[in-house]
Amino acid sequence: MIKVVAACIVALLPWLAAARADEPAPQPVIAGAARKVVKLYGAGGLRGLEAYQSGIIVSATGQILTVASTVLDSDQLDCVLDDGRRYEARLVGIDPRRELAVLQIEAEDLPWFALQEVPAAVPPGTRVVALSNMFGVAAGNERVTAQRGVVAAVVPLEARRGAAEAPFRGAVYVLDCTTNNPGSPGGALVDARGRLLGMLGKELRSTAAGIWLNYALPAAELSAGSQAILTGDVATAAAAGITPFDPRFLGAILVPDLLDRTPPFVESVDPGSAAARAELAADDLVIAVGGRSVTTRAGVEQALGGLAEGDPVKLTVIRRGMLVELDLGPRPRGLRP
Amino acid sequence: MNAAVCQVASVLAATAVMLGAASRGRSAVAAGVDPTVLAAEARRVETIRQASATAVAIFAGAEGGGAGVLVSPDGYALTNFHVVQPAGVAMTCGLADGRLYDAVLVGLDPTGDVALVKLLGRDDFPFATLADSDAVEVGDWCFAAGNPFLLATDLVPSISAGIVSGTHRYQFPAGTILEYTDCIQTDAAINPGNSGGGLFDAAGRLIGVNGRASFEKRGRVNVGAGYAISANQLRNFLGCLRAGLLVDHATLGATVTSAVDGRVVVSDILDTSDAWRRGLRYDDEIVSLAGRPVRTVNAFKNILGTLPAGWQVPLVYRRDGRREEVLVRLAGVHAPAELARIVAGGSDGPQAEPAPPPDGRPPPAGRPPQKPPSRPEPEPALPDAVRGLYEARPGFANYHFNVIERDRVAKTLVTAPGAGQRGAWVFTGTLAAGGEFRIELSDTSATIDLPTGTSTLDATGELDASPEPPGSGGMLAALVLWRRLATEGPAAVGRTIYRGTAPRDPRTIDPTGGDLVDVLETAAAGVEARFAVDAQGGIVGIDLWTAADEDPCEIRFTGRRDDDPTMPLRMDVHRGPEPFGTFVVERVERTGGDR
Repeated sequence: MIKVVAACIVALLPWLAAARADEPAPQPVIAGAARKVVKLYGAGGLRGLEAYQSGIIVSATGQILTVASTVLDSDQLDCVLDDGRRYEARLVGIDPRRELAVLQIEAEDLPWFALQEVPAAVPPGTRVVALSNMFGVAAGNERVTAQRGVVAAVVPLEARRGAAEAPFRGAVYVLDCTTNNPGSPGGALVDARGRLLGMLGKELRSTAAGIWLNYALPAAELSAGSQAILTGDVATAAAAGITPFDPRFLGAILVPDLLDRTPPFVESVDPGSAAARAELAADDLVIAVGGRSVTTRAGVEQALGGLAEGDPVKLTVIRRGMLVELDLGPRPRGLRP
Repeated sequence: MNAAVCQVASVLAATAVMLGAASRGRSAVAAGVDPTVLAAEARRVETIRQASATAVAIFAGAEGGGAGVLVSPDGYALTNFHVVQPAGVAMTCGLADGRLYDAVLVGLDPTGDVALVKLLGRDDFPFATLADSDAVEVGDWCFAAGNPFLLATDLVPSISAGIVSGTHRYQFPAGTILEYTDCIQTDAAINPGNSGGGLFDAAGRLIGVNGRASFEKRGRVNVGAGYAISANQLRNFLGCLRAGLLVDHATLGATVTSAVDGRVVVSDILDTSDAWRRGLRYDDEIVSLAGRPVRTVNAFKNILGTLPAGWQVPLVYRRDGRREEVLVRLAGVHAPAELARIVAGGSDGPQAEPAPPPDGRPPPAGRPPQKPPSRPEPEPALPDAVRGLYEARPGFANYHFNVIERDRVAKTLVTAPGAGQRGAWVFTGTLAAGGEFRIELSDTSATIDLPTGTSTLDATGELDASPEPPGSGGMLAALVLWRRLATEGPAAVGRTIYRGTAPRDPRTIDPTGGDLVDVLETAAAGVEARFAVDAQGGIVGIDLWTAADEDPCEIRFTGRRDDDPTMPLRMDVHRGPEPFGTFVVERVERTGGDR
């Protein structure tokens, strides 16, 4: 702790002075980097579950990297560039371990952050600028918010959202900069020269202290994550250590898990439950949760565990040979078995 | 547990050592530190010291308080409406010199969340200078001086530093908080109690007044986004605030929306608005307003929010590829009674909406009514310190200050060289369109000779009976009132009030306020008129209405005569957008000459 605080004090000294002689003026650096940050609008709109976040452009031809969140659970995903141009974005893929997502917009000649050339991890004390559409204050061609700060620590992430542990356990930048705000996730963390250092993470709380974490996923993880998504080599959710969520907390009782790969048939539905209100019925076969296909009972629990408390629970079931979409409403707090 | 305590103690000890070293002399720390860093630090310390001297701690009794910032040596200080509202008309303010000062409320802008107060007892207060906030860039250093959590028990302000995070932000009215347009966003910590305090740039110039922050799950503490009302907006309203007015914000009388192709187009317009009379219609694209480009709906609201009601500004719109440039007069957003109700805090229950136009269309969206916290009912007796400095009157926050400003402007008119003479005024010269003219103004009558004929007005009766000369909308009446104002003072011209300031030439609005002139408003003899007067008592313009909701007669005066400096070289007369004539004044005679 002393080290962290001392690092902060040392790090703040240059901030107290004018910009160092060998560093460019901050205004053009911020303006240049902000052009590579986009505003994303998708699903949500409830308190604590905003329908907007940020993203960064990672190719001249419209690849967008952002955090995987419920905002992306929408068939209409809008991406607004720094100059106000608006595009519909298509979800390319998700890295569930790093909770990253790659989107595609049909645009060319965009300014972009080169993930191939990211600097090595920077030490605590590094001065940074966070660029994001926090609180959604920037609309249309308005520039995203710039905040100054310092890397306070580089430590493994031990955090949770709702009942679930955050799946990523690698080192992240903990920031002396209040970035844990609605709309910030997916924003860019850059250094004094405008180079990409990381991506502002989802709204998470420390498992140790319960405080909201201001953190960013380091650029090397962004690079690896987007690579994994684009090559289809994503780690499975099970490997990421997600806590399974029993659908009985939604009022859905599946057939007993007797086999290795028990198919997720519904055995019964509790009257008055979320499942009953959504008209889930006995003998329905669950084939997808939130659009991701599932084949086993364990897979359903895993997929539900991947949702955060409050995330919408959407099931796709087969009933008498027909596909039926059901919306069970927000996922309740998970009760640990 | 012990370990944690121990660690904190160690950190404190280390900090104490550092501070101790600093206080013993820079040399101890200086070893190994780049001298430019030390010089920059010393500059910043000095800048903050100077800014701190202008910071005001405002105490509003049990209801809390906030901050303010002095902007003139005679004690005028800007703050937030929501800071002074619980205090009423009298309050106690503290400065960093450790002294307490009595202060009196001067003007209120409830929509913009701005208030002007005057600290009493000195004419040499330290004060901040308003910067050009349009020149502020994202990434600029800035710092806030204020009274967060009311910690300044020694009256020395708290300073929080940061950068400019965003410019030209639009913040919707939310709950009890007021609309913030065109504001500056900063990551310098803005907490409850910072409200009303200054946001300064690295050179210590005032770029805004802090008043709002985004709060989220952590409760009412800063989470990295505070908002300041921009200096340029404050400058536009400062004249109206000094006028002791209950200031209103402006509406174009039209609402706009984003078209699919991104253009900002008119979605609704009142047919009683000036914009309608100037030709603006549904689906017209708004290109610019007040000289600033409009590319988003937020930009439109931002520009409008910086302008006081009553100003005339240029509007550029496009229809079928054709570009039109007109001057429009901005109306007030609120009915006067509505503003008064907001200030009184009596906005419980449903708010009255503006009356819908006759054809049943919804009114253009003004600002939704605010709902500030209610304040205690019966007004306590005025403290001795402000007795004689407050006068209640509908439409005013403090009418006392209107009288002061009105008399100041009237005095420049009356005491200007050559003014104040009771004899007739005779103007002769040529019309730009050809031919000669002669105008004679006296106490009893006004006559104009034009190539098209002669018109006469009885200056002793109602001035709206026949707006002479025909087609001018009342040019003679306007000149008669001007002469009366300049020779006899405001008392002779019916009800005259000070309206604040407005741009000398609305076609070229200077965002840094370089060319604002004083405006007197008078209602007399059946007409209503506004006189724009420069600091030397020279007349700049007259607008005269013989009927509400009709185009006024507009006279614009340019040039100054060497022999009679308050008299113009040229008068341009319009009825709305229609030119009536350009009068090139060759000679001005003032007969009689007895003062």
